[in-house]
Amino acid sequence: MSVHSWLTDRPLEAADVLARVGGHEDGAVALFLGTVRRSNAGREVAGMRYDAYLPMAERVLAAIAAEALERLGEGSVAAAHRVGEVQLGGASVAIAAASPHREEAFAACRYVIEEIKVRLPVWKLERYTDGTQAWLGGAPPPAPEPAEAAS
Amino acid sequence: MRVNILLFAHYRELAGTDAVALELPDGATAADAVARLRAAGATLARIPAAPALAVNEAYAPLETALADGDEVALLPPVAGG
Repeated sequence: MSVHSWLTDRPLEAADVLARVGGHEDGAVALFLGTVRRSNAGREVAGMRYDAYLPMAERVLAAIAAEALERLGEGSVAAAHRVGEVQLGGASVAIAAASPHREEAFAACRYVIEEIKVRLPVWKLERYTDGTQAWLGGAPPPAPEPAEAAS
Repeated sequence: MRVNILLFAHYRELAGTDAVALELPDGATAADAVARLRAAGATLARIPAAPALAVNEAYAPLETALADGDEVALLPPVAGG
């Protein structure tokens, strides 16, 4: 059982997360990459800039990855998210999960990306080929959990 | 007490800065901090009255009571992935 998570301002490759999961007990490794696509809402995209509330984002991503591992029961999870400029086609997020069985590995990847979408304090500035740019709307952050006694 | 307000993305552009230090009376809540900030200028008033926020790096409700030295981050809708 292992879990890794990080944010980085360097280009992100599938191999970065794949290298941190999997072992001889695992029969499945699932990979999810989120990439910057050319067209969004009818506008031509040149690239994206990701800003993060870095210390909180590191905590939240670590919590999401740990939750995915807990659901997995056995295996390993690695999740990485970009900050800074990401070119067209580049990966903004990379997630890998290894498990004895495929269903759990797929489910763990899906859990991590869906939670990132609603909880990770990261914002994207979309840059268009006409030179304009806009902050994307995104998801309203979740209602806070009741405060824990230990916090 | 003195608290530090952090601003991100669209809110940062409205504020023209990434951080603002606020002096607040004892007993002030996060909602009071937001109200004080929004009253400080016309573009700042475009920050929602009830934004999502984090106190000391954890999501927190608007009614959270603040303490001296707290870091209050105003969070636009997140857009990771």
